[in-house]
Amino acid sequence: MTLIVNGETITVPDEVKTVSDLLSHFRLDNKLAIVEVNVRIIQKHEYGITTLANGDRVEIVHFVGGG
Amino acid sequence: MNERYSRQQLFAPIGEAGQKKIREKHVVLIGAGALGTGNAEALVRAGIGKLTIIDRDYVEWSNLQRQQLYSEADAKERLPKAIAAKRRLEQVNSDVQIEAIVGDAGPEELEALVAEQRPHLLIDATDNFDARMVINDVAYKYSIPWIYGACVGSYGLSYAFIPGRTPCLYCLLETVPQGGLTCDTAGIISPTVQMVVSYQTAEALKILVEDREALRGKLVSFDLWTNEYAAIRIDAVKRDNCPTCGHDPSYPFLSYEQQTKTAVLCGRDSVQIRPSARRQYDLNELAALFRRQGLQAEANPYLVSVSIGDKRLVVFGDGRALVHGTKDVQEAKTIYYRYLG
Repeated sequence: MTLIVNGETITVPDEVKTVSDLLSHFRLDNKLAIVEVNVRIIQKHEYGITTLANGDRVEIVHFVGGG
Repeated sequence: MNERYSRQQLFAPIGEAGQKKIREKHVVLIGAGALGTGNAEALVRAGIGKLTIIDRDYVEWSNLQRQQLYSEADAKERLPKAIAAKRRLEQVNSDVQIEAIVGDAGPEELEALVAEQRPHLLIDATDNFDARMVINDVAYKYSIPWIYGACVGSYGLSYAFIPGRTPCLYCLLETVPQGGLTCDTAGIISPTVQMVVSYQTAEALKILVEDREALRGKLVSFDLWTNEYAAIRIDAVKRDNCPTCGHDPSYPFLSYEQQTKTAVLCGRDSVQIRPSARRQYDLNELAALFRRQGLQAEANPYLVSVSIGDKRLVVFGDGRALVHGTKDVQEAKTIYYRYLG
């Protein structure tokens, strides 16, 4: 499946079906992140049930503490 | 016209009227590390009225690569950062009143300062979320904007929180993030710092000249090494029942129960630190993280012990920690947040 993640077109493996899978793919699953799919913010409890489709525009911002 | 600000006044959205507004403003800066020194220099050069800098740390050699106000002499003297920053900033612009506070920006200290002085803006240049939750509560309680900024490696992000207009940090996070990477565990390059500083100071200038329409309104993040960029409008995250910005706020991080608590352990040359919220560490993973930085760390089912110079940090699974080899609470907290975020 091809997605546009943070402005970049990328191809993800077939196992990636949901927002949860995508976060795992990027190793962000245990980080606090804000995820937007096609300009809609996905609530945390919806990550596992929100499926992704070819061409979806995904924005992911994860939090870090340093400064 | 004062030549000093001529180029800034030529910039139409600021102009002479904007410069006057900048001059009347008081900004409180929490933290004087990489982001803190960058923000401080930009705002002082821009000609704000007063800058208050709060920091509990002192200058070390490892700071000089990116903390732009400090010199080798400051590191040699181990000068407190707030003091070293004030000295340098007064050389840069003697028109600006600089207040240096060497100490912790804990809930009591920060709330007292803000309640008394009623600054126009708070800038976050801290290195941990316990401190940011406190800034968030104080900002919303006193209805003062605050600007979040953070960075690690080549990645950074920023957001301007405006009470009454945007969601707050609590809405975004709900809990205090933990076990994340810090600059002391994953490194940092100076352009990342400068980029976050630019996002923070641009929004700061808009707030100071009262051009609210120009505010970005998006949570922005970037990676300067992988060349990624993301921006999300997060208005939808605002929660009506949020304990900080909802209908019936309780400002949880200003209450005693939620505070990071420290205690000097009698006769043991040690300081105990209990973070504001219970954490849950995978101790083997934590020990491995320390080892990857070349530190000697040992884990058992209950704790991780790691040697850092002449100090020893002992971390329990729930985030409680002991720092051995010091009676200085500030030094212990610095070590704690540096390695545990």
